[in-house]
Amino acid sequence: MTNMTATRMLQFPGRRTTALAAPALRSASGARLSQVRRMMDQAGAPLWGMQPALMAPLSCSIRPSGPALPVTQRGAADPLDTGDGPATDRDALSRRIVSMHLKDFAMARWLRWAAARHDAPPDDLPVILAAEGAHGPVVTATNRAAILAGLHVGARVVDMRALCPQVRIVRADPDGDRAALDKLMLWTRRWCPWTAVDDPDGIIMDTTGSDHLWGGEAALLRAIEGTFGVLGFDARLAMAPTHGAAWALARYGSLRAIATPETLARLTAPLPARALRLDANTVLLLQRLGLKSVGDLVAVPRASLARRFARAALWQNPLLRLDQLQGRKPEPVNARDQPPRFAVQARLPEPVQDPTPYLPDLCVALCEALAQAGHGARQVTVTVYRTDAEVSHVTAATARASRDPGHLRRLFDDRLERINPGFGFELITLDADTTEALQAVQSDLNGRTDDGAALAQMVDRLSAKLGPGLVCTPSAHASHIPERSLVWALALSQAPRQRDQLACTQRPLRLLDTPEEIHVLYAIPEGPPVQFRWRRMSHRISRFTGPERIAPEWWNDRPGTLLRDYYRIEDDSSRRLWIYRVGIYGDEERAPPRWFMHGIFG
Amino acid sequence: MNSHFIPASDAFANPDPDQPSLSLAEPTLAEYFADNAGDGGVTAFIFEQLHAVIASGKPLLWVQDRMSQREAGKPYPPGLPQELKMILVTVSRPVDALWAMEEGLHCDAIGAVLGEVWGDPAALDFTATKRLAMRSEARSIPALLVRRAAHPNLSAARQRWRIASLPARLDPDDNRAPGEPLWQADLFRARGRAPGQWVAGPGAQGVTLAHHVHMKLGPDTAQNDTRAAG
Repeated sequence: MTNMTATRMLQFPGRRTTALAAPALRSASGARLSQVRRMMDQAGAPLWGMQPALMAPLSCSIRPSGPALPVTQRGAADPLDTGDGPATDRDALSRRIVSMHLKDFAMARWLRWAAARHDAPPDDLPVILAAEGAHGPVVTATNRAAILAGLHVGARVVDMRALCPQVRIVRADPDGDRAALDKLMLWTRRWCPWTAVDDPDGIIMDTTGSDHLWGGEAALLRAIEGTFGVLGFDARLAMAPTHGAAWALARYGSLRAIATPETLARLTAPLPARALRLDANTVLLLQRLGLKSVGDLVAVPRASLARRFARAALWQNPLLRLDQLQGRKPEPVNARDQPPRFAVQARLPEPVQDPTPYLPDLCVALCEALAQAGHGARQVTVTVYRTDAEVSHVTAATARASRDPGHLRRLFDDRLERINPGFGFELITLDADTTEALQAVQSDLNGRTDDGAALAQMVDRLSAKLGPGLVCTPSAHASHIPERSLVWALALSQAPRQRDQLACTQRPLRLLDTPEEIHVLYAIPEGPPVQFRWRRMSHRISRFTGPERIAPEWWNDRPGTLLRDYYRIEDDSSRRLWIYRVGIYGDEERAPPRWFMHGIFG
Repeated sequence: MNSHFIPASDAFANPDPDQPSLSLAEPTLAEYFADNAGDGGVTAFIFEQLHAVIASGKPLLWVQDRMSQREAGKPYPPGLPQELKMILVTVSRPVDALWAMEEGLHCDAIGAVLGEVWGDPAALDFTATKRLAMRSEARSIPALLVRRAAHPNLSAARQRWRIASLPARLDPDDNRAPGEPLWQADLFRARGRAPGQWVAGPGAQGVTLAHHVHMKLGPDTAQNDTRAAG
């Protein structure tokens, strides 16, 4: 490990963690960040359009299960099984949740985009973002100069233009903002593996166990705020044991507030009632009742609040919100996908463009972790966290669980080029997204690998390079229609197996994907044709056998589907072919039957 | 017809009489040319030689490019031997087809590798075929390359066949029906033996070759088996 500063296990909530290598090196340094800023200024339009790479489809979802594992869990329920957060019987105040509030996110995003196009307005020019309202365009965001000029959000654009004629009006893009926030949320996984979007302008992160990698909680918040500041976003951060408290402190608390379970009550008491994420009517009601702060609400007897707000929905119910803030009611970070259980990362001292040299060490570290837990990976993802707040990743799947570092590395041969490195990245992670229990077994005494593993590894390599849908194996299907009697299953999901014994009449060796229509000349209309044209060539039938009648499947086919009469024929150039007629000749209600070429015999 | 099993090496040792049987006893790269995409004789001829491989229970890796798949059809397992296990790989580029075949030849668990390449792609040159031939011989896995709409250009294949269908035998039960198939097998280039032409048909152990026809060859063409033929 030469130029990699640290390769280690990410620390995951609720699990014992294993440090595999040297401690972390602090990544953010002023000189480098200014360099990044310079690069971003030259970047042109931000690359918001990047799509996440296609995940390889797996036929079945695999969950880690089975025998006792060295990595122990504290809760009775496995967080991986609930899928949406920590188990409910755990101490709700044991988590560390960071809430990030991106102030004026839409405006900051537009300014960043304009700056990249060298079209940034001067600081003293008022700019507003406008969206269509019920009675004409309405202001949705303002910059600092606009606020100083007296323009405010929610007013009509015509009024604001009367107030300040030189204002620059830009169409708002709420969908683009949401997509950008989504992407930023993925990028914040560089600090912790479990993040979610907190509508409409926030990100919520579960940093339990991750802060020590950044030198403590205060240092972590400073690092996040600094990095977002370099990107041009004004991030207000707070850390607390609950989502509700972190949300409130980030928006209404002091700068970079950190609340521990002991200080939670003291820090949240002076916050206004709005900090409870209540709607405006409820806040107004509380104010009329004289309950202006969270502390006032806490002082009210619980039974009174419960009686008053018994049937209110969550956003109108101060009691439920108070319970969420104080941890009496669980509110897990609802990430879209569960964090990987096995993941390793390499933090680099400076941005690089090519992840290839770091992959072997990452694979070795991941396989060590998998081996300790008795697991093998079915799907692995390489993710790079770019300096310009973007994430790129490449995924590879395996046909059966594997923890062979060489094999996992080979799956990414020729595929890392698909990663768009942008101006470089400084963090590479390798995640085992899907794992299976894999016990060490000795199948043989001669020391060779068994055929199943070798075959599975070959299928993995073919699927990784060509795409999983192109590597197939036949699988029988209960149908007597020739083209439906087999389906091509992914070789990743099913090992090749023998065909079931069928007392079948003669079938062709090859079947055309789509039957090709042929134009026929009859000797007698009920029998096979004498001559037909196929692929612009005339064929005269010398011998034939048939018909073999294959009726439509009434339980599957549309009404009106016609039967088929198959003939096995040999033409004048000795080719043996399989043709069929759709329908019966002489059916007055229908058009004359059509003929099709379907298969080729040996 | 004489159908007792003789390994290919023995069969080729005495080229003079009609060859009773042919199987892939010595795995190597063999090329099979077919003039017509609608002619299934090549597929049947190959599968008659693969009896031993199929009986061993190892899967067959079948690599097709899209043009071959569209013109000559996809394999249809109900018509193929029942014990056959198969992995079908569909590729878009000839380079990928060759790469997939090489990957298959790296893997001991594969019984045979069958590739189908359409036309004369630049990627399929002497070097590519030499790589396939050497890998096949090193791992003892037969590599079979079916080529359609192709010219028999320079190639390192150890055997080069041209296969076409012949009128089938009579069906003993139905005189209007095609019976057991027959093929015209033309071995126009081979290492270590003389080329020849046969009428081939299915046998219990492999392809049965009959009615051997000697090829009239010049003195120099018999020496160097890698020269262009055709």
